[in-house]
Amino acid sequence: MSKTYYTKEHEWIMVEDGVGTIGITDHAQEQLGDIVFVELPEPGLEVEQGDEACVVESVKAASEVYAPISGEVVEANEALGENAALVNESAETDAWFIKIKLSNADELEELMDKAGYEEFVESES
Amino acid sequence: MSMNKQGRKTDIKQPTSDRIDAKTYSGNKALQIEEPILFDLGDTQTTGVDFADVAPFENRLNGMERAEEFGLAGLSEPETMRHYVRLSQKNYSIDTGIYPLGSCTMKHNPRLNEKIARLPGFMDIHPLQPQSSVPGAIDLMSELAHWLMELTGMKAIALSPKAGAHGELCGMMAIKAAHEAREAQEEGGATKNVVLVPDSAHGTNPATAALIGYKIRSVPAQEDGTVTAASVKEALDDDVAAIMLTNPNTGGVFEREIVEIAKLIHEAGAYFYCDGANFTAIAGKVKPGELGVDAMHFNLHKTFSTPHGGGGPGSGPVVLSKRLAPFAPLPFLVKDGESTRLVENASDHVSEASPFGRMTAFHGQFGMYTRALTYMMSHGSDGLKQASEDAVLNANYLRASLSDYMSLAFGEDHICMHEVLFDDAFLKDTGVTTLDFAKAMIDEGFHPMTVYFPLIVHGAMLVEPTESESKASLDQFIEVMIALAKRAKQGDAEPFLNAPRFTPRRRLDETGAARKPILRWSSEDEVNM
Repeated sequence: MSKTYYTKEHEWIMVEDGVGTIGITDHAQEQLGDIVFVELPEPGLEVEQGDEACVVESVKAASEVYAPISGEVVEANEALGENAALVNESAETDAWFIKIKLSNADELEELMDKAGYEEFVESES
Repeated sequence: MSMNKQGRKTDIKQPTSDRIDAKTYSGNKALQIEEPILFDLGDTQTTGVDFADVAPFENRLNGMERAEEFGLAGLSEPETMRHYVRLSQKNYSIDTGIYPLGSCTMKHNPRLNEKIARLPGFMDIHPLQPQSSVPGAIDLMSELAHWLMELTGMKAIALSPKAGAHGELCGMMAIKAAHEAREAQEEGGATKNVVLVPDSAHGTNPATAALIGYKIRSVPAQEDGTVTAASVKEALDDDVAAIMLTNPNTGGVFEREIVEIAKLIHEAGAYFYCDGANFTAIAGKVKPGELGVDAMHFNLHKTFSTPHGGGGPGSGPVVLSKRLAPFAPLPFLVKDGESTRLVENASDHVSEASPFGRMTAFHGQFGMYTRALTYMMSHGSDGLKQASEDAVLNANYLRASLSDYMSLAFGEDHICMHEVLFDDAFLKDTGVTTLDFAKAMIDEGFHPMTVYFPLIVHGAMLVEPTESESKASLDQFIEVMIALAKRAKQGDAEPFLNAPRFTPRRRLDETGAARKPILRWSSEDEVNM
């Protein structure tokens, strides 16, 4: 069974069998504008929660994407290298950035659920 | 009386309709010529120049001769001339009109600068000439160095960096050299490897620190982008080597707690790098050395005129405090009695110096030294001070005049320095974005302000008028900005969404250009390959 969590930095993570699939939220892609480039890490990279894991570049600015949890990067979405526009089209599904094998599942407790994230976005605007 | 009936009628016949057919047979619009790129213009199979027949000769290339065509555009001199003049006429520059690009300090480049820079003794010299043959040029560098140190209250200078970010790199390398020298002395001393950067900083600040191996620690900025001593204290520990701070900051606000911040930084054994990009707001008013700054670069091409499009190129000298002075890079100036010489090699340097290396092969942008010194000396110390005051006054005149119509990023009572920052709150629910608003300004004959920077403000519009603009020029700008803001609020979004409407090319596909850049011209054969 999978469950999806959200961060205050506008990342989402869907966890299934100890592996988290990570991307940026639909709200984030809308704020960033047209995405033109995504820089992804090589599989094998160890990240700590909050580390910079990817860079997403829009026509307006470049932004870091942070690792919502600690662990090892096991896969990066190569489709984004060819077609960064996918992030604008399907940020929360096909346009996932990386998959991380969780090293500490307890960290998930600090993250928000969908309702919590929506409330957070509302409070920010 | 005789009457010349051949005379031309001078009364203007009113057009029967306002309808304008946007299309012409030629594709040109009045004197706006549709100019193809050079290779599409010239036939690569012909030449516009007549060459004499080549006399028979013995080919000694041994099969190495070029097998394919050059593919150069075969144009005659007048065709080439027209091509480049037409292109130049499409350019918009500070010599054309107001250029309110925030953070860029697009001020007028006085023509006196150009006259002095073209004096043969300054223009026709070569960096490899013996120093004894160019004493005047070295005196000029020495004079410039003196005034830059005087304006900042600093003890040493590296003139050679080629632009702002290169200056940052130079200053940070001096800081790193100072730490390394100290660490070599105190055995077992901790290595400092962190640089503090506020999250409102110029992007080049963290990039510079990272380039020479430092880790970046972000200091949260307040809503107006300023940094408090408390938040710096929070971020400080023994690992911190330096802080990089821009003052006034990227939102055009003076860092009020800068003296306390400098004190905290020094107590922690770290250095204070000040990004001098916005020095135009405080030149002649504040000496950064007295605020506790250890290193600061100038953008000579901003603060002392000659911005991009108005002269240039870039030049980013760095001033250093007494503690960092020994580490200034080569070449540096040394006074020997009456005369000044440039120390070029580590082997002939003076005893107390331990330069970290050098930033450039030669001496930096000498043409810019000439222009900056001309600007400084023609203004005098009182003139430089007034220029700073006028720059701040102009920005605040815009702020006060537009505050009822646009939304100030930091609220109504926030006095700004040399630039004023708006956010896009006034465009909320209008369907018009910051980008649309900027494009509509082009239709009105204005170069847009900086948009979407700084990042701490939503839909940022950063306006920097500089001291060059007259009140009449500012009033004209204000009038148009108010009219556009009113139009957007009235729900008339169409002209914004279609803007620019009157340019030779309409809205360009910036996203497409970034996603699928075409970086060079390709011949039809190549395209079809």
